[in-house]
Amino acid sequence: MKPAPFALERPRTTADALAFLAAGGRVMAGGQSLGPMLNLRLAAPGRVVDVSAADLRTAAREGETLVLGACVTHADIEDGRIAQAAGPVLAALLARVAGGIAYRAVRNRGTIGGSLCHADPAADWVNALSALDASVEIATPSGSRRLPLGDFLTGALATALGPDELLAAVRIPQPAATAGFGYVKHCRKVGEFAHAIGAALIDPARGAARLVMGALERPPLLIADARALFGGAVDADFAARFDPEPADAALQAAGIADPVSRHVHVEVLRRAVMQAAGLQAGRAAA
Amino acid sequence: MSPRSSSLEGVGARLPRKEDDRLMRGRGQFVGDIKLPGMQDVAFVRSPLAHARIRGIAIPPEDRSRVFIAADLDGVKPIRAVSGLPGFKVSEQPVLATGKVRQVGELIAICVAPTRAEAEDIAARVTLDLEELPAVSDMIAARAPGAPLVHEHWGDNVFLETLVDIDMASAFDAPIKVSRTISTARQCMAPIEGRGVVVHLDHRADQIVFHTASQMPHIVRTGLAGCLGLDEGRIRIVSPDVGGGFGYKAILLAEEVCLGWLAQRCGHPVRWLEDRREHLTANANCREHHYQITLYAERDGTLRGVDCEATVDSGAYSAYPFSACLEAAQVASILPGPYDFPAYRCRTWSVATNKCPILPYRGVARTGVCFALELALDAVAAAAGLAPEEVRRKNLVRPAQMPFDNITNKHFDSGDYPQALERALTAINADGVRARQARGEEDGRRIGLGLSIYCEQAAHGTSVYSGWGIPMVPGFEQAGARLTPDGGLELRIGAHSHGQGLETTLAQVAHEILGVPVARTRLVHGDTAMTPYSTGSWGSRVMVMAGGAVATACTELAERARRIGAHLLQADLADVRFADGRVTGPSGDVSLAQIAHVWYRRPQDLPAGVDAGGLEVTAGYKPVRDSGTFSYAAHAVVLAVDPALGEVEILDYVIVEDGGTLVNPMVVDGQIYGGLAQGLGTALYEEMAFDAAGQPLASTLADYLLPGAAEVPAPRIDHMETPSPYTRFGVKGIGEGGAIAPPAAVANAINDALRPLGAEMLHSPVTPRRIVEAILAARAAPSRRDAA
Repeated sequence: MKPAPFALERPRTTADALAFLAAGGRVMAGGQSLGPMLNLRLAAPGRVVDVSAADLRTAAREGETLVLGACVTHADIEDGRIAQAAGPVLAALLARVAGGIAYRAVRNRGTIGGSLCHADPAADWVNALSALDASVEIATPSGSRRLPLGDFLTGALATALGPDELLAAVRIPQPAATAGFGYVKHCRKVGEFAHAIGAALIDPARGAARLVMGALERPPLLIADARALFGGAVDADFAARFDPEPADAALQAAGIADPVSRHVHVEVLRRAVMQAAGLQAGRAAA
Repeated sequence: MSPRSSSLEGVGARLPRKEDDRLMRGRGQFVGDIKLPGMQDVAFVRSPLAHARIRGIAIPPEDRSRVFIAADLDGVKPIRAVSGLPGFKVSEQPVLATGKVRQVGELIAICVAPTRAEAEDIAARVTLDLEELPAVSDMIAARAPGAPLVHEHWGDNVFLETLVDIDMASAFDAPIKVSRTISTARQCMAPIEGRGVVVHLDHRADQIVFHTASQMPHIVRTGLAGCLGLDEGRIRIVSPDVGGGFGYKAILLAEEVCLGWLAQRCGHPVRWLEDRREHLTANANCREHHYQITLYAERDGTLRGVDCEATVDSGAYSAYPFSACLEAAQVASILPGPYDFPAYRCRTWSVATNKCPILPYRGVARTGVCFALELALDAVAAAAGLAPEEVRRKNLVRPAQMPFDNITNKHFDSGDYPQALERALTAINADGVRARQARGEEDGRRIGLGLSIYCEQAAHGTSVYSGWGIPMVPGFEQAGARLTPDGGLELRIGAHSHGQGLETTLAQVAHEILGVPVARTRLVHGDTAMTPYSTGSWGSRVMVMAGGAVATACTELAERARRIGAHLLQADLADVRFADGRVTGPSGDVSLAQIAHVWYRRPQDLPAGVDAGGLEVTAGYKPVRDSGTFSYAAHAVVLAVDPALGEVEILDYVIVEDGGTLVNPMVVDGQIYGGLAQGLGTALYEEMAFDAAGQPLASTLADYLLPGAAEVPAPRIDHMETPSPYTRFGVKGIGEGGAIAPPAAVANAINDALRPLGAEMLHSPVTPRRIVEAILAARAAPSRRDAA
């Protein structure tokens, strides 16, 4: 389990990183996924462009949007080092997600941008940020472009990022003050990749609910307008009216044939909804 | 609790472990820490297929001098681990594949380079031309006529079939009959340190020196000498610090043989360090059992008989020295567990498949046996409408029966099994748990209480192993004891300490007799050049065997010191005694250090006719009976099952164990903690799955789940101490017990929680997925009914 030979570059700026990528190479940020893949020789790039020293470990506020540089680590978020830019509500919510990622050693090095680019369907940011309606900012040889996360994540372990492009930042809108957020994952042990993830951003004041079912063998299953799961309307009483049938139907429509898997995903989503409602994620009898 | 020691350092003392100082500071020396000048690394080309004919191996010409295949290995013989049991079929495991490969990961070529990465580069350039053959990866299918054959000339895939039948028919009219199909997954042992070996030539000693992570250096030497065609004296095995053994390091690996050949060929030191992928996919497999078990009982829970067909997936080859059949053949002899019943039948199959050889793992067959019998006993209790403990009370061997020969002639030396059960029920507060269970949980989870009891035959010796007829039969165990000129003590054993704390506990044994401070006693082990022969550390035998040998050697040493002391005191031998490190006579005393000083430094002061052997003794030991000690324990667990997601949380765990006299109860606690963690791995997490083509489905620890710190509860341990009548100090072996009972206790608790839902879990690990599946299936179909 030693990597095949590769050249290593450590650009100090995004521009330098793009220059290296123009000649071909694989981006490494925290290396928590690519590192093992190199060691297992599942990835054997001729050149690795390590961007962890580039100018991407930043946090800023643009109006109602938090802009996190791609190399902000999970631990930066867990420990509140982005709290000033994020504001207390979003900072706390993101810190909770970050604190549940793998193990502390992984969180110390793993980055939010790297996680999105790796696009593991069971990864936390992939799912939590889908519920939060995040978008990504991509540095390209000719400038930059933005994509909603849903357009960026094109498949399991696949994104819309071009070979000469670099994910520069993640843009996360502030949730409305009246919104509740729920994030639940089903793992067999602490730190393990989830077998099912449910994420919910629900704002009864505006009648809006955005739900995500994740850790499927595909990008997050987003239900951007989830009123159908609450009897047609999202109001103050939404938790009591959660209807699992449309969620199950959405999974079936997404090709999830296994009823046990659907049962688990719907239940995890239900718990995320309960959490968004501020209720204990009650473990109802089967 | 100690029955003997007045000292704070002798038998029974809770002494901190001496070895922890270096280990906890990162100063241990493991194989991976050994760096020799000119050393090169090895990577292997391994089979990507489970079953295939080798049509060709293409090596780029520029790599040819660094790649070695079977045809290059002149004079190297295959590994043969033959059992003498009638009907055993022999597998020859070539150290590099010849003709065909029989498992994924089988060694095909050795690649050697200055670094492992470069060796892997070379391995990646070697191309294989393989003709894939149908693989057999399921042991039950492997038994069926027409299955693909792992070893064609056998005609079938059965290493060994055994049958015992003791009056089985007499039980058939019992009013209660429950039958279950129960199985345990294939696992990997996963010590923190994998295997590793560094080999170099010692021209001065004319020896090939292997630094290898081994539980049994002397047995490995015998095995290597056989495969390499060398005199044993030309091989020296050094087993340095070892990061966990658990049975995996009690096996001769083909990799070790290859490195032994390679070092001679290359002349420079060579090293192979197993990586985790090799460990998981190619080597460290264990545990896979399948039981079709039927229990017959009276309505009050009294067992009338046990009828079982047990199959063990032994994998492609018979591993050295324990063989491919020890596990299944043991099943037949130990399935009755701690229970007394009159009728028994057990048929076993050791089956060859296109998977890694199954290796003995902590608990060996006992974990599977305990799982099968204890789950079936709970099914009897459910059928009879009795509490699980009622069925056990009816059938446990009683203290008045001790010593007791059970239905398979296992000789239980001592113990009070019912008391262990009652203490566990009290400690876990069974009544309170059941009241809580009846009330229900606000969060919708379901509470379950589970029990399991086992007995662990340990340190079984010549009379048992000569019957198996495998390459290794333990006899007398030797230990050396030597006083140093300044009154310190050196002990030498041929077994190995790799977590058991022997550097401390054997010093405690010696202290009990000689009174030398533990801090001034050093244990030499892990080197064939410096230690007496031993079959090594396995079978929970070392405290009984090496402990007994150390005590014997120290007793003889004390007597020699007493003779010298009597002379120095100018007293009659009959008037002096040895105690607390001093020889005391009518007019005074003399210390061991003073006696040592005279022997080594002032021999002119010795008496005429003194024992010329001096203050150095190598003594041999066997217990009064070598049929084994029987330690045992009752485990009780309370857990909560989330029926919607199948998640299990352990709320309380109680262990009441009896290991006879405990030399160091803290070390015993440590053994139990570690065993419990592994037992919970078996119960809930660990599974080495294979697809139908024989491909292993877990190649990293992201896929092969081990319990971590967050998953292992702190158990409450209660010690009973019923001495063995047959061993020195009454000690019993306890090294494996912690890993035996948890799968059964946990599964029984889960089944207790799920019984109202009609779901029953009979396969380990009990995963969330399996729980949800069973609940959904029970909802869709009517529940099982047993004859009652």
